Amino acid sequence: MLSTADISPKKIEQDQLYRDMGLSDEEYDKVKNILKRRPNFTETGIFSVMWSEHCSYKTSKPLLKQFPSAARHVLQGPGEGAGVIDIGDNQAVVFKVESHNHPSAVEPYQGAATGVGGIIRDVFSMGAHPVALMNSLRFGNLTTDRVKYLFQEVVHGIAGYGNCVGVPTVGGEVQFDDCYEGNPLVNAMCVGLIDHDDIQIGVAAGIGNTIIYAGAPTGRDGIHGATFASDDLTDDLDQDRPSVQVGDPFMEKLLIEACLEVIQTDAVVGMQDMGAAGLTSSASEMASKAGTGIDMDLDRVPQREQNMNAYELMLSESQERMLLVVKQGREQEIIDVFTKYGLQAVAVGEVTGEKTFLLRQHAEIVADIPVDALAEEAPVYHMPSKEAAYVKTFQQMDMTIPQVDHHGGMLKQLLQQPTIASKEYVYDQYDSMVQTNTVVRPGSDAAVIRIKGTNKALAITTDCNSRYIYLDPETGGQIAVAEAARNIVCSGARPLGLTDGLNFGNPTNPEVFWQMEKSVEGMSEAARTLETPVISGNVSLYNQANGQSIFPTPIVGMVGLLESLEHLTPNLFQEPGDLIYIIGETQAEFGGSELQNIVRGKYEGKAPWIDLQVEAKRQKQLLAAIQQGLVRSAHDLAEGGLGVALAESVFNGKGIGLNVEIFGDPTVALFSESQSRFLVSINPGHKERFEAAVKDARQIGTVNGTGEFIVRANDKLLIEEDVQTLHDLWKGAIPCLLK
Amino acid sequence: MKFAVVVFPGSNCDRDMYHAVSQLAGTEAELVWYEHTNLESYDAILLPGGFSYGDYLRSGAIASTSNVIQQVKAHAEQGKPVLGVCNGFQILLEARLLPGAMLSNYNLSFMCHQEALVVHHNGTPFTTDYKKGEVIHMPIAHGEGNYVCDDATLAALKTNNQIVFTYNNNPNGSVGDIAGVINREGNVLGMMPHPERAMENLLGSDDGRRLFQSLIENWRDVYALNS
Repeated sequence: MLSTADISPKKIEQDQLYRDMGLSDEEYDKVKNILKRRPNFTETGIFSVMWSEHCSYKTSKPLLKQFPSAARHVLQGPGEGAGVIDIGDNQAVVFKVESHNHPSAVEPYQGAATGVGGIIRDVFSMGAHPVALMNSLRFGNLTTDRVKYLFQEVVHGIAGYGNCVGVPTVGGEVQFDDCYEGNPLVNAMCVGLIDHDDIQIGVAAGIGNTIIYAGAPTGRDGIHGATFASDDLTDDLDQDRPSVQVGDPFMEKLLIEACLEVIQTDAVVGMQDMGAAGLTSSASEMASKAGTGIDMDLDRVPQREQNMNAYELMLSESQERMLLVVKQGREQEIIDVFTKYGLQAVAVGEVTGEKTFLLRQHAEIVADIPVDALAEEAPVYHMPSKEAAYVKTFQQMDMTIPQVDHHGGMLKQLLQQPTIASKEYVYDQYDSMVQTNTVVRPGSDAAVIRIKGTNKALAITTDCNSRYIYLDPETGGQIAVAEAARNIVCSGARPLGLTDGLNFGNPTNPEVFWQMEKSVEGMSEAARTLETPVISGNVSLYNQANGQSIFPTPIVGMVGLLESLEHLTPNLFQEPGDLIYIIGETQAEFGGSELQNIVRGKYEGKAPWIDLQVEAKRQKQLLAAIQQGLVRSAHDLAEGGLGVALAESVFNGKGIGLNVEIFGDPTVALFSESQSRFLVSINPGHKERFEAAVKDARQIGTVNGTGEFIVRANDKLLIEEDVQTLHDLWKGAIPCLLK
Repeated sequence: MKFAVVVFPGSNCDRDMYHAVSQLAGTEAELVWYEHTNLESYDAILLPGGFSYGDYLRSGAIASTSNVIQQVKAHAEQGKPVLGVCNGFQILLEARLLPGAMLSNYNLSFMCHQEALVVHHNGTPFTTDYKKGEVIHMPIAHGEGNYVCDDATLAALKTNNQIVFTYNNNPNGSVGDIAGVINREGNVLGMMPHPERAMENLLGSDDGRRLFQSLIENWRDVYALNS
């Protein structure tokens, strides 16, 4: 392996050593043209990480431009640590999702933990107080010891980090499918609150200003992590272990406190997390954005290990480090704040007018690169794209209704599918309540946190049904955004915007690139129609293991605003005697459904149909009805269809049940996954007003107080179950699978 | 009445505790950084939850050796109230202000949810507003809340009426279902459940309010008596 900086520029070229670092022959030639000489070892490393997919988005950039990101309430779109949306009263919400898939496949505890740490830094580097964490996880089915280990350790890692830093983990989602067996997905989202005046951006402005390095010293961990994240996972995962960083949430907690304290001074000009590609990306991006240069002395960088060379210092991804640009002459007051928290803060360089990235070590210049070459001028590729052959086949398939002989038995089976079953095993391990704002805790369509000092609250959700996207990326992309918005609306909030966590396979495969293109198109269209701009995001490619690509999984993290806590609406039925309604019509749609998974053991056919105009209209009507106080509970219909939604709605520990009447084919009525549908309960006294307000609502039954789950189909008894039995199966399924 | 909420590096329930006591009418509270060496101007000391020093070594072990703990001990010796919640309880155990120790939860996992507690003893300055035997609800959020002590200590805790709260449905394996214990003198209380998270029904329970109210009322009585 490459471990020494003594290798000459000539040897790097002759032996094509740049290839091991991730640069192609063409990219290496481009570097030579930019520098008008051969790059040395350190410079080659710097170019290779900055031009990796992880840092440069070189293959996804043309797609990301399609996302609608501007709107009147968007204060900061993509390109900074995180996006910012105005929520009134001089306050704003800051959020972003980020993936840590490859590290989590190799070392699940630290991989997941450092993913949480990184996304929190992205949010507080904007000057925001982190107020909530969410996550979105994908694993193989819980049938092998390896998958169980990955699942348990990822959850432990998220808990170990998030609990310690004191940011509540308020919700998320976990799904299980075979395609994630060798390549799990770990996406973490952080939400912060900020006053408008405190918004910081990562710029190295003001020639002569000082670059301050703060936080943990630099070690040899995670070197070249950004390149590792942009490559396929191999069979020999142990070999990649040194590429995984190690997190220290205690250090992070101190860093949060110190950084939020220093931005209250007016001495800080810019601040950025040292995330992927560490010191290299934070310094060069800040300079590039400001149109300045940087002159840095690496001898001054705090170091945890001896004899680190420039290459190692610049490419290390040691955690819990921040880079600040501070007004000249104000350094000491900033350093004093960090010292109070026991943290190192050291002036390591200054902002120059030269637009070059100049690094010195041992009184020699070790890198001299035009700043824009690293960030703004990184290569952009327009990859070949080809409609996936399997999708054509699926589109031509006739729809068939899976055979179900016993609907009560099938409902029980569905409730025990790990994707549907209670995730209490997971979220009980997360501190979901610290900061005392969590009004709706994990286990709901959306989490809700109140904003202290106001009567407002934020609703937060993560969602993505990748099965639909696999069958039909464009429609599936639309559904992902629509479903996230549905979750937000059900809680009583108005969707504000979203962050996207795009997880795909190898983009050099034209069929995979086509999946990316189409799902981004679908998501963009839905984001426009539903007025939820995309304000931040992350791209994770090369998610494949042993030749098997994951389902395209563009995760949507969405935030909504409850104008008043009086609009807060639970997912679950509340009172016996309340009327149960379904909103939206049900077609025979089983492509990608949980029922198809059980009966056929695979996903095939067409994804459910969606009309975004209908979706938008229904969401608006339902939200208006909620705001008028006409709705007691609202839940979106998702995996497992109406049957599963009905069961979930009575799992509130209050001893309630339901009597529901369905018509037509009972398998379709109960288990189809048609889109744009809601399950709602209302006080009988509101019947007329509710029906006038929500045109597509149809009453299907009533809530009872007996704890019985009774469904009649076409005037005959179809299901008669005890709610407690259904609940216990649903709640016990995941612990049972882990035994 | 003036509360000190002591903040250690890694405390993360400090602001919640501050918010809880300062939102009650007529009380004053201050966040006190652990390097402060004088707590004489405070009437009660609150050690909040969190992960002081990252819980490295053992939960509460490093914080228990800090200078401010000497101040807490002096304050306790004067008979003034000290409350340690979660990590604060762990610090009180490590500082030997309370008997016993903490192990990892029986299932070796962190756990966070609402728990039903029984008020075992309502004769302390922290619990006079509760009824004896009353079932109340407060959240727990800990990885090491499995309280242990030897048989002799347990017998003494029972004899001296030092067990203040017990779990109705023991979540973590604590001996005797113990959720909170008080010192023999009756002024230093440690508990794993979080009263500061149980201040509003909006968040699931307001059963924690009466703990702080008891403390304030009893302080007023003593204060009135002394003056």
